[in-house]
Amino acid sequence: MRKRVATPYMIWMLIFIIVPLVMVVYFAFTSSSGGFTFDNIIKVKEYTGQFLQSFKIGAISTVICLILGYPMAAIISRSREHVQRTLVMLCMIPMWMNFLLRTYSWMTLLENNGIINNILEYFHLPRLQMINTEGAIILGMVYNFLPFMIMPIYSVMAKIDYRLIEAAQDLGCNSFAVVRRVILPLSVPGVISGITMVFVPSASTFIISKLLGGGDMMIGDIIEAQIQGGANNLNLGAAISLVLMVVVLITMAIMNIFGDTESEVSLI
Amino acid sequence: MKDQNIINLKDIVVEFDGERVLNGLNLFIRDKEFVTLLGPSGCGKTTTLRIIAGFVEPQSGDVLFDSKKINGVPPYKRPVNTIFQRYALFPHLNVYENIAFGLRINKTPEKEIKERVSEMLKLVNLEGFEKRSVSKLSGGQQQRVAIARAVINKPKVLLLDEPLAALDLKLRQSMQLELKKIQQSLGITFVYVTHDQEEALSMSDIIVVMNNGEIQQIGTPTDIYNEPKNAFVADFIGESNIIDGVMNKDFYVTFAGVGFDCVDKGFEENQPVDVVVRPEDIKVVSPDEGQLVATVESCIFKGVHYEMIMDQEGYKWMVHSTKAENVGDQVGIKILPDDIHIMNKSKVEIYSDDAGEGENN
Repeated sequence: MRKRVATPYMIWMLIFIIVPLVMVVYFAFTSSSGGFTFDNIIKVKEYTGQFLQSFKIGAISTVICLILGYPMAAIISRSREHVQRTLVMLCMIPMWMNFLLRTYSWMTLLENNGIINNILEYFHLPRLQMINTEGAIILGMVYNFLPFMIMPIYSVMAKIDYRLIEAAQDLGCNSFAVVRRVILPLSVPGVISGITMVFVPSASTFIISKLLGGGDMMIGDIIEAQIQGGANNLNLGAAISLVLMVVVLITMAIMNIFGDTESEVSLI
Repeated sequence: MKDQNIINLKDIVVEFDGERVLNGLNLFIRDKEFVTLLGPSGCGKTTTLRIIAGFVEPQSGDVLFDSKKINGVPPYKRPVNTIFQRYALFPHLNVYENIAFGLRINKTPEKEIKERVSEMLKLVNLEGFEKRSVSKLSGGQQQRVAIARAVINKPKVLLLDEPLAALDLKLRQSMQLELKKIQQSLGITFVYVTHDQEEALSMSDIIVVMNNGEIQQIGTPTDIYNEPKNAFVADFIGESNIIDGVMNKDFYVTFAGVGFDCVDKGFEENQPVDVVVRPEDIKVVSPDEGQLVATVESCIFKGVHYEMIMDQEGYKWMVHSTKAENVGDQVGIKILPDDIHIMNKSKVEIYSDDAGEGENN
């Protein structure tokens, strides 16, 4: 019975996760004529710069999301229940609108002839170069991914037993010490999943960097170019994707170990 | 006299959302005493405890600690520690770190922390558990960690909020003895909140019985049990037969249709009163010897005694006796003057003068 219920999901996973993964691996290790080769993987080395750039932009966006999102999550989780619902709603509402549309709206705001620059001109201020900069990409990522940081941290924080905070106060903690000694260590799991949920899509994005960054800054753009764009080298695109996947996996694994030791360090 | 009162609550009023939780509460607690706040849920006993801890600020009234007003002083600056219901241990810290928590906050030197934690572990019988995660401990062990975590800070007053409620009966009883022992060996004041009258009777030096945000009676366990000041206290502490009566004159009361000699005086002539008789104080005799004649309606074996319900012209008497009677038999009931407790109908006079612990207007 249980097996039968699981079957559709197994088929789903097979078709949409396993098969594509196998195909990525297959293309990565074959030449355009179909023979086995390491050439694609070796060629990925040429894109080290974009890799580093992607991880840098991803890391900066993640840190900004954390700095903005953590206090926000804390505030939401400490509000009264109906305020909590409203604030969570406000975080989610932008996500009801398509991701592409939101990014396009930023484009019209930031463009050289965009709304912000027109306003600046109206006040006789110098125009700013905003579009096609690293800053624009980071802005777009923080804007798009901030809810993914807030939500996991919020859900962990909302579950922290209020009596633990009272216990800490009772044992001599002022508000600052309560945060440092109780709330912070207990919210680590939420922070870790928040970082994962922001960093992975940020580091591998191509739409945001294409629309707001001009299209050749990040590794996602390169992959897109191989598959859809002018470069048209499916095998190289697959190889870069594979390497990106592996690197991200390793990063996340390290992240999780760090998270575990984090809580263990405070144990000792 | 003033000096030995470590805590003094004066005219405390607390309202939550317009509902009065404490209604002009007056209470003083003497140093080194084991004081229990006893009452049904919603009577305000936990709120009283939280006022002392600093988690609740009263709308009006003064909280004095060592004769100093501490209204508005935040919890972390008060020389009291709390053992919370369900312990509230820190899940991210092990046993050692949970116990050391308060000392770490106070920047105690590492060497002293180590000494005092191992001292505490010994006190609560948890040696060797230092590295255990608190989530892997049994309820009783978590309880001990909670005690150690609070007591290690050498508070002047330890506040305990129904600390044994989550434990099973056997464990609860052994923890009662242990808590009492800890209190005596450390020589600190315990303020203990419970709804369990047996727990209150077996551990406390002083019991404060509360109901509806007001103190009903303050006294030693024996006072409270033997001389309940009103029907609520009598009913709440142990089982009681509470019946309407009329105080015809001093030392003479009529209830259940019969006149009895008693030891109470000072009531108005023919004043209606509540009469309380403990089930174990009723003597079962032969029908012609009894002051009342009743029919045995039921008889249940309770271990130490038999619990019987006897019907006397519509009055139901609960009787505890080590000797069982046959259901349906006619028996005589005898009540000695000492065992008849007379109470005012209204709960006006509830100040226990012999205990001298506090007052209530």
